[in-house]
Amino acid sequence: MAQDIQWSRDFEAALGSAKEKGKLVLLDFSAAPM
Amino acid sequence: MYPNPAVADFVTRHFVPVRVHVKENADAFRTLGDRFNAHWTPTTLLVDGSGTERHRIEGFLPADEFLSQLALGLAKAAFARQDYAAAERLYRDVVEKFPNTDSAPEAQYWAGVSKYRATNDAGALKATGQAFRERYQDSTWAKKASVWT
Repeated sequence: MAQDIQWSRDFEAALGSAKEKGKLVLLDFSAAPM
Repeated sequence: MYPNPAVADFVTRHFVPVRVHVKENADAFRTLGDRFNAHWTPTTLLVDGSGTERHRIEGFLPADEFLSQLALGLAKAAFARQDYAAAERLYRDVVEKFPNTDSAPEAQYWAGVSKYRATNDAGALKATGQAFRERYQDSTWAKKASVWT
């Protein structure tokens, strides 16, 4: 079952997490309703 | 795009997702927008752990096209870190899983380049050029690969 995306707001923390996990950060510039 | 279950699943499995909203996070939107020259929505950037942009998606795309672009970004990141065997596999995944998207011909081109980089065998480029005679003949990538045949 698909899960909702857990969006972060902290880009710098996400970079650290990406480095640790060997992933990429997906940075979404959005105007969609929150 | 993101409400699509397949997109949400792919994002959760492969990325660390960060959202900056033009109104709700105006300061971050401006700061990161300046840093990455991203001043339109939706814009999606795939950024590696060192802060280097590896792929950019500007504007809305239907789910299948968007997914194929995310997969293309994974392949580009592998190519950028010179893991050419992984890059070839990831590019071929794009062609296999999303054959009817705009990403597929680009992925077919770069799969050939990745194999060439991994093996130093120019036959990989020739085979890619020949493959474009059978598939995606009208794409820009077929024109670029035509020099290899």
